[in-house]
Amino acid sequence: MIPVKFDYLAPTSVEEALAALGEHGDEAKIMAGGQSLLPVLRMRLNAPEVVIDLGGIDSLRGIRDDGDAIVIGAMTTHHDVREHALVREHALLISKAVAEVADSQIRHRGTFGGALAHADPAGDLGAPALALGAQFVIAGPGGSRTVEADDFFVDLFETAIGEDEILTEVRIPKHTGWGAHYEKFVRVAHQWPIVAVAATVRGSIDEARVGLTNMGSTPLRARATEAALAGASATEDGVREASQLAAEGTNPPTDLNGASDYRKHLARVLTGRAVLKAAGA
Amino acid sequence: MTATQERPAAEIGKDRRRKEDQRLITGRTRWTDNITLPGMLHLAMVRSPFAHAAITSIDVEAAKAATNVVAVLTGRDFGDELGACINAWPITPDQKTPPHSPMPADRVAFAGEIVAVVVARSAAEARDAAELVDVEYDEQPAVLGIKNALEDSVLAHPDLGTNKSALWVFDSSEAGTGGDVEAAIQQARTDGIVIEREYRQQRLIPAFMEPRSVVVDPTGEQLTMWSATQIPHILRFALAATTGVPESKIRVIAPDVGGGFGGKLQTTPEEWIAWAVARRLSKPVKYTETRSESLVSAHHGRDQVQTLSLAADKDGKVTGLKVHLDADLGAYVSLVGGGIPVLGAFMFNAIYKFPSYRFECQTVLTNSTWTDAYRGAGRPEATYAVERLMDELAAEVGVDPLVIRERNWITHEEFPFTTVAGLEYDSGNYEAATARAKEVFGYDALRAEQGERRARGDRVQLGIGVSTFTEMCGLAPSRVLGSLDYGAGGWEHASVRLLATGKVEVVTGTSAHGQGHETAFSQIVADRLGVPFEDVEVLHGDTQVAHRGLDTYGSRSLVVGGEALVQAVDKVIDKARHLASHLLEASQDDLDYGGGRFTVRGTDQGIAIQELATATFTGHNYPEDMELSIDAEATYDPVNFNYPHGTHLCAMEVDTETGAVTMRKYTCCDDIGNIINPLIVAGQVHGGLVQGIAQALWEEAVHDDAGTLVTGSFVDYLLPTSADTISFDVLHTEEPSVCTTNTLGTKGVGEAGTIASTPAVVNAVVDAVRHLGVDDIQMPCTPERVWRAIHAHDGDAPTPESAMPHFEEDAPNQDPTAGQGAGQ
Ligand SMILES: Cc1cc2nc3c(=O)[nH]c(=O)nc-3n(C[C@H](O)[C@H](O)[C@H](O)COP(=O)(O)OP(=O)(O)OC[C@H]3O[C@@H](n4cnc5c(N)ncnc54)[C@H](O)[C@@H]3O)c2cc1C
Repeated sequence: MIPVKFDYLAPTSVEEALAALGEHGDEAKIMAGGQSLLPVLRMRLNAPEVVIDLGGIDSLRGIRDDGDAIVIGAMTTHHDVREHALVREHALLISKAVAEVADSQIRHRGTFGGALAHADPAGDLGAPALALGAQFVIAGPGGSRTVEADDFFVDLFETAIGEDEILTEVRIPKHTGWGAHYEKFVRVAHQWPIVAVAATVRGSIDEARVGLTNMGSTPLRARATEAALAGASATEDGVREASQLAAEGTNPPTDLNGASDYRKHLARVLTGRAVLKAAGA
Repeated sequence: MTATQERPAAEIGKDRRRKEDQRLITGRTRWTDNITLPGMLHLAMVRSPFAHAAITSIDVEAAKAATNVVAVLTGRDFGDELGACINAWPITPDQKTPPHSPMPADRVAFAGEIVAVVVARSAAEARDAAELVDVEYDEQPAVLGIKNALEDSVLAHPDLGTNKSALWVFDSSEAGTGGDVEAAIQQARTDGIVIEREYRQQRLIPAFMEPRSVVVDPTGEQLTMWSATQIPHILRFALAATTGVPESKIRVIAPDVGGGFGGKLQTTPEEWIAWAVARRLSKPVKYTETRSESLVSAHHGRDQVQTLSLAADKDGKVTGLKVHLDADLGAYVSLVGGGIPVLGAFMFNAIYKFPSYRFECQTVLTNSTWTDAYRGAGRPEATYAVERLMDELAAEVGVDPLVIRERNWITHEEFPFTTVAGLEYDSGNYEAATARAKEVFGYDALRAEQGERRARGDRVQLGIGVSTFTEMCGLAPSRVLGSLDYGAGGWEHASVRLLATGKVEVVTGTSAHGQGHETAFSQIVADRLGVPFEDVEVLHGDTQVAHRGLDTYGSRSLVVGGEALVQAVDKVIDKARHLASHLLEASQDDLDYGGGRFTVRGTDQGIAIQELATATFTGHNYPEDMELSIDAEATYDPVNFNYPHGTHLCAMEVDTETGAVTMRKYTCCDDIGNIINPLIVAGQVHGGLVQGIAQALWEEAVHDDAGTLVTGSFVDYLLPTSADTISFDVLHTEEPSVCTTNTLGTKGVGEAGTIASTPAVVNAVVDAVRHLGVDDIQMPCTPERVWRAIHAHDGDAPTPESAMPHFEEDAPNQDPTAGQGAGQ
């Protein structure tokens, strides 16, 4: 598989990258880990004239503590996110979900920001980011702006990132001490989820956040479930009613792995399981 | 004469690591795509996106003008010069076989068919230019799916007037091998049991690891083709037969080949096009397919609807089996084509003493990728059907599935046994294999646990599946193939050359593509000739080196090719004896041969085979009446198939809330006669099992209504990895039933795991939820299908009409997701 010919740029700063993006406009494509972009190019589903590789920009890599949030640089690999103590302590849900992304090879190349910017509704990181109320820091020609998770995911493969913009970092409000679980339903280990549920809870159960993967054109939050879980007991009976609400308002796809109604059913079952496991029950 | 008594025991039976693995695994070797020749040009194919269309025009001007493009050629540019893709097995005299041009000029019959080829100085430039070829199509209605094809309302090839290619029938009452199955069914309807089912063998994609690749060098007098093929000899024959080049001017080389599983048992359009382009331009050319091209255009496997009626008395003793297959050939009748389902014809009766049997196979043409051999080829389908039916019969009678088998199988005292399909099984011991498997599996404990889970109404239910398989392998006695109108024989050739330094070159006509022949054959020669394992070199896969051969498929290489090798070695020893007697000045009758030496009985005199080799090199001293060589060759034509068998037991857990299935335990005890290399056998069994399990659980090639392959990448065509499987218990019977028709006593094992495992897994899944009213789940048993089957009756999962269980014409009862894109 050979992509259409393209020019390759490797800027070493965000400013340089933005300038290149400004110059080449919609002829250009940003490359992070390349794990989604390269298959697209190789199958000739897209043929940008210029590929701007962010791999040389050190400032986009790394995870830091920023008071009430942790900040994950867009170019931090899945592997590094998974291993990081700060993430485990303050955003356990992210650790759990990122461990389920693809396989080890891909986790060493694919990036946190790349996955979120790609916005595949079957991607594993959108639902946890949404559930935790992540904030997306986006740099553009006029400076940086911050977009709330609820506004970030726009549609299938579409986010709030403009054509002349770059996602630089993701701020995750600390959920220190919250239990978490990512319940991913697949047929083979290396598959994208048919449905997955990201659940994180405080106490058992005082407060809950539940995100759904692949239940619509964007990651979704199961708000009715969240509301019903507040004050529920962490038992099968205790969470049953709340998990029955999980598919409300969703519009999951029908494909080879399952029809829409089956996915709704899965979302309900998996939500119950995810919440109980998050609560340590 | 059994081989156990004879064999010298040193190398045979040893867990030798495969000597070919280092180069194969590191890739530092001659894969076809690694070959680069001076001035070599690269090809890219332009393929039809439509399943059925007339080609109205092809504009190649823009492509021709692109950078470094040397030529752009279409079917029209070539005409007859292209040759044709052949069908070597017309299964009936009146078989409808559409002409198959490697690159049709006027009409395409499946999505992925080649309509033009771009030749450029680099592969990237060829690919870029291929996008510039402008083809205008007039789309025609496409026929997809067996049931649609049978209706004959839309035709895959309008000129043929029908989609039905051939109807092949075997009837035991006509053949004199058994009774009348209709009578047996009638009888069972009044006072016995009739099990009627329709099973679907989904379409599979062989998915070998190395994509297909071909290099053609037309330089000089002889034309050379390197191809990632299983069949260099057959390929050479077919090139000569269809392109008019004398066979003596063609050399075909299968260098290291990275897997095939039947998928490289083909003569392909890509090979024929590369051949024609190289000849036309007088330049070496290379074509290597992409994975996407491989999935869409390399032949697919299986794809049958099986309509089955099993008659039995009230105790579950089977009185007859009637089989009607409808098999999808795809757009063309491929090399073996309709012969694949016919290979199953002799195996539906499996290990059982069925008194009557009828088999019919209707092949149909559709506008989809052509189908042909895939690991097991015909026998997995047969084994699946009969082993599923035997479990259903057990459920109907209300006895354990192992008990129902025991009531019907051939007992070990009854061998040799002539079956209702007319084959003579020479040896076997189903009791021993079953007892061993049962014990190691922990059958009784798992049954007890199953009972407890059912009683408790556990969310996760446990099921146990049985598959007591046999197969016919070691393709094949040439006369038998002749009687079936197969276009070739089943013999194999080997030669053994003693080099001046005492090293040994062995040439085999089989063509390994990952099986480990170099190691196993070296072990055989090491023992038989008494030379060090390291001194044996096995050569294969080049028609100039191995001038006679019929290649590798059908679990034939060891049992047929290995036997030819043994015979060649024996001839070497005979010839050497003559020379030894001369040099030792002793009578031939006084010479013993062992450990690579002739010794004069009763003395300490002797001479090593290596010394004799040197003596034939120098030629200074040899008998007057001896030709100066101890090299030898042999052609072996088997007198029978051989019949490995085994008992496979599988435990599956089914999550009744989600339909997810998880393998808990898998134990198999295979009786494959004598084992040359247990490590290689374990590898064959493990890989084979996973391929069969994958049919049960994961793999399915799906075309949409327009004929586009939906599972066009490994994102959608689900192949398992090691992360999806468990560790299997791979056992063999302690006292194997050795094959009595070859001297090594071996039986084939290349396909055994794949043949056996599929029904074991599906039986286990069905067994886990049978108490919930389920008696079938269509393969692959996706979580959704399992869940719908479980909840078909409780209103939780609305069951589409088409998923209701029944047994009526034109009403598939197999696909609970029909109409939702998952069925074809
Ligand atoms: C075989 C395979 C299996 C996989 N399985 C899974 C799975 O199970 N679950 C899962 O979640 N993912 C899976 N993935 C995808 C993987 O997680 C990718 O790493 C991820 O989706 C993309 O990240 P990347 O860093 O490779 O981005 P790239 O592929 O480089 O880029 C992806 C897209 O995002 C854009 N982009 C990237 N970074 C930025 C940025 N900073 N600002 C603006 N735009 C940007 C690019 O232009 C491109 O359009 C799989 C991938 C493969 C190849």
